[in-house]
Amino acid sequence: MTTYILRRLIQGVVVLLAVSMICFIIFRYLGDPVLTMAGKYATQQEIEEVRRAFGLDQPTHVQYGRFIWNALHGNFGKSYVSRVPALGLILERFPATFELAFTAMLIALTLGVGLGVLVSLNPSSWPSRLVMAGSLGGISIPTFLTGVLLIMIFGVYMGILPPFGRGETVQIGFWRTGLLTADGLKHLVLPATTLAMYQLAVLLRLTRAGMREVLAEEYIKTAWAKGLPPGKVIVKHALRNVLIPVVTMAGLQFGELIAFSIVTETIFQWPGMGNLLLQSIYETDQPVIVTYIMLAAFLIITINMVVDILYAVLNPKIRYD
Amino acid sequence: MTKPRTRSKMFHSFLHDPPAMAGSAILLVFVLAALCAPWITPQNPYDLQQVSLEHFLKPPIWMEGGEAPFVLGTDDQGRDILSTIIYGCRTSLIVGFSVVLIAGTFGVLMGLLAGYYGGWIDVFSMRLADTVFSFSTTLLAILLLGVFKKTGIVTVIAAISIADWVRYARTMRGSVLEVKEEAYVMAAKATGARDFRLLVRHVLPNAIPPILVVVAVDLAVVIMLEATLSFLGVGVPLTEPSLGMMISIGKNYIYAGMWWMVVFPGAALILLVVGINLFADWLREELNPKIGR
Repeated sequence: MTTYILRRLIQGVVVLLAVSMICFIIFRYLGDPVLTMAGKYATQQEIEEVRRAFGLDQPTHVQYGRFIWNALHGNFGKSYVSRVPALGLILERFPATFELAFTAMLIALTLGVGLGVLVSLNPSSWPSRLVMAGSLGGISIPTFLTGVLLIMIFGVYMGILPPFGRGETVQIGFWRTGLLTADGLKHLVLPATTLAMYQLAVLLRLTRAGMREVLAEEYIKTAWAKGLPPGKVIVKHALRNVLIPVVTMAGLQFGELIAFSIVTETIFQWPGMGNLLLQSIYETDQPVIVTYIMLAAFLIITINMVVDILYAVLNPKIRYD
Repeated sequence: MTKPRTRSKMFHSFLHDPPAMAGSAILLVFVLAALCAPWITPQNPYDLQQVSLEHFLKPPIWMEGGEAPFVLGTDDQGRDILSTIIYGCRTSLIVGFSVVLIAGTFGVLMGLLAGYYGGWIDVFSMRLADTVFSFSTTLLAILLLGVFKKTGIVTVIAAISIADWVRYARTMRGSVLEVKEEAYVMAAKATGARDFRLLVRHVLPNAIPPILVVVAVDLAVVIMLEATLSFLGVGVPLTEPSLGMMISIGKNYIYAGMWWMVVFPGAALILLVVGINLFADWLREELNPKIGR
């Protein structure tokens, strides 16, 4: 087990190094940072000054070494646009994204697993068919369209939910939360639903498929025959076995969650990291883009690693040497 | 692997599966409309000579203020919505089929080599695939397009292909690992067939069926992705028609109650994706050796 964890850790570091190398190349060679910083109408002398000030006149490997060194110290350079450290700019937006993604994941997991179980118990009933048809819709409607349609229905025509922004927030230490005010919660409903929709459909289908397989197993029949109460058979005997792959899937889809949070934040003008990323892409603000990529890579790789290791720990059938 | 079904048998099952037939009919209509776009649309919405600002923001023809020939109304530039949808679907289908072809070919090749030879090529390509996969196709495509300097359909196809090939590689590798152990491959090897012949004549054709399902599912995924990217403004440029772009423009007008700029292109996109998914569902059941019918 220790060897497996160790190998997994080394792999993670190698991937992160590869990502950092790609980021460095992007930063250095795609788009001229000197031109961006000095401005289009800079004189030759001003350009030279900027080049020296940011160390862009040194050989590539020296620059890469310094890039890594700085990154390890949380220094990813300053945004070209707002002239403040890129990492700070992104981390400031982190609470908004986290609250959105967390709520969406919570909705997707509880509803997805819950409905999945209900549908699997009674597959041919009308409500089940309706849920399954809905889940086909869930995987066939792209997130951005779900968002726009929800805004149209609940924000514009019915006018009962705010269609953009985060509403009233409360500052607790470094964390600015929208979960503690009624206004903030109201603003969370539409974006969280939008973000949850796709994941919900995927998890529902996965749970249903898993439950249908497990419910046909001999040990479930034995449990029924023993006269155990239905709740115990379904939750303790069946669901527990289905949950491992479902939760693993949810963890492995973390990249997808980040991607769709970019989409959702853009539609609802949610002041999160994804919104900032797109803004930076429009403004070719390289340091912010690079910092975002590094941060996303770090999070994704860490979460995948944790999921893989937990999976190995939880599932006694799997042993890695 | 069980014996593959004969073609006529598959066709027979297709004829008895209404959802699959409906799905392929939808896809066929979309493809035909996209191919014939210049002849069936009242207007080429991207030819400035044919578009006039006079007719901007017209509602559909059955509503008050609607005007022929703009059956589904017009957008803020005076472009006919129906024509723009048809031209937009053309972009969707071009991007969809190109990515499936490019990413599919590359992925299948990688999967074939990884599965057949194993060793370092397997370790390397599958680690790469795992990493790409964990980033998710959508995130990677957004980041690549954010970083690329050029915009255009070709760039979009390239970015999605780079992010998308892993689906094919993983499926192909799994399939090859299974086929490799089959008696007929062993037999061919025993007769002294060379690697290339073995791969092309025996392994490749028998490992391909699961890939067909991936192709069908992926086509729908890529079409949704192109729309998403264009919606975000990192996809096809403003000068090219796209369903995602239409919805992005239409979003600005929903507060004014002008729903037709979002609802019609949205409906077209959903219809196209559902059509492909229905066909994909049938194909999956049909090619799954575990499910006998």
